[in-house]
Amino acid sequence: MGKVLMKGNEAIGAAAIKAGCRFFFGYPITPQNELPEYMSRELPKNEGVFLQAESEVSAINMVYGAAASGARVMTSSSSPGIALKQEGITYIAAAELPCVIVNIVRGGPGLGGIQPAQSDYYQATRGGGNGDYKLLVYAPANLQELVDLTQDAFDAADYYRTPVMIVGDGMIGQMMEPIEFKEHISRFALSEKDWATTGTKGQREPNIINTLFLDPAKLEELNFRLQDKYKLIKSNEARYEAFNMENAQIVLVAYGTTSRIVKNVITDLKDQGINVGLIRPITLWPFPEKAFDNIPSTCKALMSVEMSFGQMIDDVKIASNGRLPVHFYGRSGGMIPSPDDIIEKVKEVIGGAK
Amino acid sequence: MVHKMAFDLTKDKRIRIIIGHYGSGKTEFAVNYALELRKIYENVSICDLDIVNPYFRTREKAELLEKRGVKVISGAKGHQANLDIPMVSPSILAPLQNPLEQVVLDVGGDAVGARVLARFKNYFTEGEYDMLCVINANREQTQDAIGAISHIRAIEETVGVKVTGLINNTHLIRETMLEDVLKGQKLVHEVSEITGIPIRYVSSIKKLTDLLPLNIKGAPFPIHMYMREDWM
Repeated sequence: MGKVLMKGNEAIGAAAIKAGCRFFFGYPITPQNELPEYMSRELPKNEGVFLQAESEVSAINMVYGAAASGARVMTSSSSPGIALKQEGITYIAAAELPCVIVNIVRGGPGLGGIQPAQSDYYQATRGGGNGDYKLLVYAPANLQELVDLTQDAFDAADYYRTPVMIVGDGMIGQMMEPIEFKEHISRFALSEKDWATTGTKGQREPNIINTLFLDPAKLEELNFRLQDKYKLIKSNEARYEAFNMENAQIVLVAYGTTSRIVKNVITDLKDQGINVGLIRPITLWPFPEKAFDNIPSTCKALMSVEMSFGQMIDDVKIASNGRLPVHFYGRSGGMIPSPDDIIEKVKEVIGGAK
Repeated sequence: MVHKMAFDLTKDKRIRIIIGHYGSGKTEFAVNYALELRKIYENVSICDLDIVNPYFRTREKAELLEKRGVKVISGAKGHQANLDIPMVSPSILAPLQNPLEQVVLDVGGDAVGARVLARFKNYFTEGEYDMLCVINANREQTQDAIGAISHIRAIEETVGVKVTGLINNTHLIRETMLEDVLKGQKLVHEVSEITGIPIRYVSSIKKLTDLLPLNIKGAPFPIHMYMREDWM
């Protein structure tokens, strides 16, 4: 099959259906509306169900139910809508159920605005809901990667029995790019969902999906199991791209749309004789800490570049473990950093680092 | 001897309505068209009628257009370019009513986006307007004649007037090859044959319009990518 031109939001829908997703529950919010719109049109043609719930809270609880019965299921929203879903997300994590949640991030806090932002980094990586849980969080930077990761997300969710989140800033949802739907080969050996509530037919004991534990020892047992799972995810699933690292005087850390802008910055600065590297996290959790072990000795500083106000700095500091000073440049509220602004900041930092 | 048709914007009617599927490249075409039009006429207005898209709208290029003498009419004018105000400026009536003004109407995608046009239908009398449908054969829903024609019909039904010209704007953004444009040309031929709507323009980046066969139907219209930042 050749390439087609798709909008990010549509591409997620197409990739999800190809990955076997047959259930979508959601509630409208800009800038992700093309995704539920696509699902409402395409799922019925694929023997699936699209349902617009009365709120984000009910949508995520419908996902909880569908996931419990073993279905491949997805929901999507944008920042404040994802905030509303947090209760359901922690329940799904606690119940160890697979699902895919898409956040096409807009400016915040509060109701915010509809323009692109990355200010839900904490919400995605620190857990907006209660308890010791984690999400596997993908952050694609182009639409081909978005499509590929959407298909991976369903496999990873099933394999680890955990909710997986895809975080794209509004630009990733709204922009168009050529994409190709390649034949998908799962990285995981997936087994039957023998834990799902599919009906006993009188043949077995009922499967119970539950997140209430009045016995603290039993609840701690669940937490031990979750921690083992997160340890496994941390060692297996961290992904990143390292770009132009050789002889880099400074390494920028950026994901999603911001990393695209940084790549332009790198080209422009190369013409001016300044070598800049990029570490682009593809997974926000687990954060790709290993990438920071291979920073060349020429590098004198790190800089987190975000469409948020420093939410990734902590992770960069943890990953680099005090070896280098960590600087920051970011815009917020729906403003997109311009290559020129980043270039100026880079020059300021490396000038000062001499 | 067959000569490649040079584009002649004076042959189009005073009011040009640019419609099409989401992502066909309507706004990019409309912006390029308005800038070309300004080279011929003193009074050119481009009206942003897109109230369905949150990103990538004409008004984001208002500064560039106005610097080059094109009047930009948009409900969001005077505000930061990315501000979302899904409203139609009442000033749109001025160029529609002024017979000395050349008008380009940049409309939102699909029949949903075109709904806003119905309110101005009484200005679109036959022979006074052109409604040009931008087609990209690489877009999911307009890859074949049935898809493209059903989009045309849905938009016509919504607006209440007929499409008068087709524009082959088949592209894959920076990956566009001549084969893409020619694939789109095959599609618009088919659409044209079934509907009787003529092919008006074949628009693409100049590098590709220079390579188009001499006998191609529709005038090659080279465009510059104004709507995409370098990092996109």
